[in-house]
Amino acid sequence: MAVDIAPAPPAPAKQAAAPPRRSREALTAWLFILPSLIGFLIFTAGPVVAAGVISLLDWNLFSAPTWAGLRNFARLGPDPTFWSALGNTAYFTLLSVPLTIVVSLLLALLLNQGLRRIAVFRSLLLLPYATITVAVAFVWIWLYIPHDGLVNAVLGWFGISGPAWLISDSWAMPALILMSVWKSFGFGMVVFLAGLQAIPQQLYEAGRVDGTSPWNSFRHITLPMLSPALFFVVVTSVIGSFQVFDQALIMTNGGPGTRTTTLVMYIYRTGFENYDQGYAAAQSLVLFAFIVLITAGQFLFQRRLVHYDN
Amino acid sequence: MTTEIKRRLVVFTCFVVTAVTLIPVVMMVLVAFQSDAESMAAKPSFWPSSWHPENLTRAFDLVPLGKYLLNTIYFAAGTTILETVTAALAAYAFARLNFPGRSWLFGIYLATLMIPSQVTLIPQFVLVAKLHGIDTWPGMILPHAFTAIGVFLLRQFFLGIPRDYEEAARLDGANRWQAFVRVIVPLAVPAIATLAVFKFIGQWNNLLWPLVISNSDATRTASVGLQVFQDTNGTQWNLLLMAATVTTIPLIVLFFLTQRWFVRGITMSGLGGR
Repeated sequence: MAVDIAPAPPAPAKQAAAPPRRSREALTAWLFILPSLIGFLIFTAGPVVAAGVISLLDWNLFSAPTWAGLRNFARLGPDPTFWSALGNTAYFTLLSVPLTIVVSLLLALLLNQGLRRIAVFRSLLLLPYATITVAVAFVWIWLYIPHDGLVNAVLGWFGISGPAWLISDSWAMPALILMSVWKSFGFGMVVFLAGLQAIPQQLYEAGRVDGTSPWNSFRHITLPMLSPALFFVVVTSVIGSFQVFDQALIMTNGGPGTRTTTLVMYIYRTGFENYDQGYAAAQSLVLFAFIVLITAGQFLFQRRLVHYDN
Repeated sequence: MTTEIKRRLVVFTCFVVTAVTLIPVVMMVLVAFQSDAESMAAKPSFWPSSWHPENLTRAFDLVPLGKYLLNTIYFAAGTTILETVTAALAAYAFARLNFPGRSWLFGIYLATLMIPSQVTLIPQFVLVAKLHGIDTWPGMILPHAFTAIGVFLLRQFFLGIPRDYEEAARLDGANRWQAFVRVIVPLAVPAIATLAVFKFIGQWNNLLWPLVISNSDATRTASVGLQVFQDTNGTQWNLLLMAATVTTIPLIVLFFLTQRWFVRGITMSGLGGR
């Protein structure tokens, strides 16, 4: 962390009367931080601590809370809906994150081919990311209509009779995943494009002189140089997909059965439909623990795989 | 010759990929203009056989969509302005000023980045309820206006601005506040714009918090309002998708007007491959 090494004040005589420089700087710093810090303490740090306390209570919001100890956490074990929600969220993450990354990377590579009017395509391909999730979730319901929806109509051209996507036990989740990949690839695409454009062209030219194949230059130049951006997108996508809510609520409402009930949806139901705040808080802390574990795991991996150029 | 073939191949692929990708967006707009019967037919059609622009006014008559959109603007703009201003101030102190406890306070900010918003959802709701903030603007906006991500992003960027610029202003007699406003902020416009745009889009899209905190038309945002639409009117697809289109347009306009800024902003915040 850089240390402030401002030159000595030009008028030391005047300075002597003022408070010592260091403490005055500290005071200035706190004044700058204060607006953010007050909001942060009240609305982020405080609630995190409070979530820990609420998870130890039985509380329906309306009557006085009673002490529950660790009972809310013990309830998680035998609760099949919690485990299926966790499984659904993991399933969603395991498929949607790699798919989103592959799609965004391929499109970024395509858009990075030095084409002149590329900005037009970039702008248009960003449209899904720019649409409001709830709005396009309704369109996707429509695309997935079992018999004559567009998705099944296209499958029909290839002689495939498509499933009743959103009400099918095995296809509802893949349908959500497809929609989510469509909705979110734009973000990764922009980040990758920025990363690709920062790779020095000399590296490729040197490779070309040595007769490196396109695949090898992708593997040995592009991927390592892109790995910090890749890492950033993986971490943020995993965190984001663990919090999937909007499209599932609109498109399937968690069904059929609990096939597409995600953790966040279950937390929302527990807290605001069943008014079981303590149990909902316990669930959200477990979700937090999972995200911390997974993110920590990714950071461990990062040491081996991510290449930093300094 | 081969480069010409390659170029055509790239253009062709771009066209096909873009066309396929945009089908849902085009569909949303096309169905919005179909007649009631056509949009609700068992066999959906793509192109409207007759155009019904009056669906626009019908959608606005059916739900207070204008009010919902205005509410969404209040909510998104309110959180964005508060977050951007307070984050820029704090980020400046974290990047440029020395004070005891700086490292650990910044560490705490960073640690909360990993906390999913659902963990704080219930305590925030309880807090707002205790302060009688349910269905009010402060209750909607304040809990989402102070996040660590903004402080983190801007601090990274401020660290990259050469110290000499600021020192020059300081030698000319500018105090810290003047140096911040006249030197740092103008240089950091791309980063600040990036933060503001992503924040605005995020809040425009936010469903969970408005769903929990707003319970009347006074504060209901469009994302929640669209749901009410479906509940009270079955699935009248043309009007629903007309409302969805109208809700999406401001965001798309904003996105197109600003996307150059955040492409630059991301490159400069150190994620650009090197």
